Amino acid sequence: MMRVAVLALQGAFAEHQAAFRDLGVETLQIRQRADLQRPFDALVLPGGESTVQGKLLHDLELFAPIRTMICQGLPVMATCAGLILLAERLVDDPVVWFGTLKATVRRNAYGRQLGSFFTRGDCGPLTDIPMSFIRAPYIEDCAPDVTVLSQYEGKITAVRQDNQLALSFHPELLPDRRLHQFFLQQMVARPDKIAV
Amino acid sequence: MTDKQYELNRNLAQMLKGGVIMDVTTPEQAKIAEEAGACAVMALERIPADIRAAGGVSRMSDPDMIRGIQKAVSIPVMAKCRIGHFVEAQILEAIEIDYIDESEVLSPADDVYHIDKRAFKVPFVCGARDLGEALRRIQEGAAMIRTKGEPGTGDVIQAVRHLRKMNAEIRRLVSMAGDELYETAKQLAVPFELVQFVHKNGRLPVVNFAAGGVATPADAALMMQLGAEGVFVGSGIFKSGDPAKRAQAIVKAVTNYSDTKVLAEVSCGLGQAMVGINPEEIKLIMEERGK
Repeated sequence: MMRVAVLALQGAFAEHQAAFRDLGVETLQIRQRADLQRPFDALVLPGGESTVQGKLLHDLELFAPIRTMICQGLPVMATCAGLILLAERLVDDPVVWFGTLKATVRRNAYGRQLGSFFTRGDCGPLTDIPMSFIRAPYIEDCAPDVTVLSQYEGKITAVRQDNQLALSFHPELLPDRRLHQFFLQQMVARPDKIAV
Repeated sequence: MTDKQYELNRNLAQMLKGGVIMDVTTPEQAKIAEEAGACAVMALERIPADIRAAGGVSRMSDPDMIRGIQKAVSIPVMAKCRIGHFVEAQILEAIEIDYIDESEVLSPADDVYHIDKRAFKVPFVCGARDLGEALRRIQEGAAMIRTKGEPGTGDVIQAVRHLRKMNAEIRRLVSMAGDELYETAKQLAVPFELVQFVHKNGRLPVVNFAAGGVATPADAALMMQLGAEGVFVGSGIFKSGDPAKRAQAIVKAVTNYSDTKVLAEVSCGLGQAMVGINPEEIKLIMEERGK
């Protein structure tokens, strides 16, 4: 039985849990260090406010163990604030959180809430995915070994680097579950991962 | 506002869940709030406790003051307009505020009509004391609801009352037979479709925060355990002895609201809480504004 952990410090974590539940996958919430003791096969970094989540990761002593897990290959799906937490560099901001994703990310790249928008687009092998951008970031630049999965108006909005899937937008807010399924099938259930 | 925009506005509230929204009056306070882990700030000239003390008519803040706060932080910035004052709301939309609070904390500008929030692109949060009020505000276009509580008192009793009442009414609706919903819609003075949504889903169609009188980490956790999806803290932080420490403590209490060890730890050494006043001691009952 596959189990997905969802970082549940702040933001839209329940929506990701609902998405995985729809796919018949069990989830558990990470709110404090003891929660990391339970076994899980993948981690979700949900949308919310990256400053809040980043601060709480440190305060609750979750930061170092989670970063180690990501570096050791734990499959991670990050949306919006989660992308910011993974980024190696932020534009106009000296802060770096996990810094495991070789990408430069611009926060609030589309402006304030009035700039939030909805669109449909392709993401990797998936076509016509509904995408909600909420005060969203985008990826300004990424390393050559990072695969670009999706772009909107010339800006990178989804990437994959080995075990890390990072999205500017929110697939969890909409009933379309294909991206969550893609993550499970392509990144979590790989035979070499199961063997470990 | 199109349906899609309304959806995006409801979505922003979803991103705020599990967070604390703090009242701030200066860019410096906004920074302290952001560093302490606020998921958004409410920019206003005077916090409710001071509005209460000052008396008189209380209005939307100076847009320039709000802009100063927008520049100081990267988290969403909210601001209040008076109930029914759609021009104040237009001004707030013009400066690209992230959320407008059509708030009973300010003096109402209209004692009959609330703002037609569907006419705006920017999202609104509104206060409510019961399910009927909440659904009426949602019908008018509110993308987020909060309890009214009794602002500026540091007394959590009204927020508790409002949230408990809303939850009880939701539970009652869920247990009803389908053909009883029409009568309930009539009693609550709300459209049938909204009543039907609550009946089917057992919750409001938008995110619901607690507000009004939250002063301690324990208050915040109480509201979360009662089912709030996040907390507004108004006067409670910057009217206390050590705002930064109290703000951080409330943030942690909201994240781990059911972990008693965490709650005990963050409740230690916070210095003086805001001096509270009981609802019986005050002349101005803000929660009664706008029904």
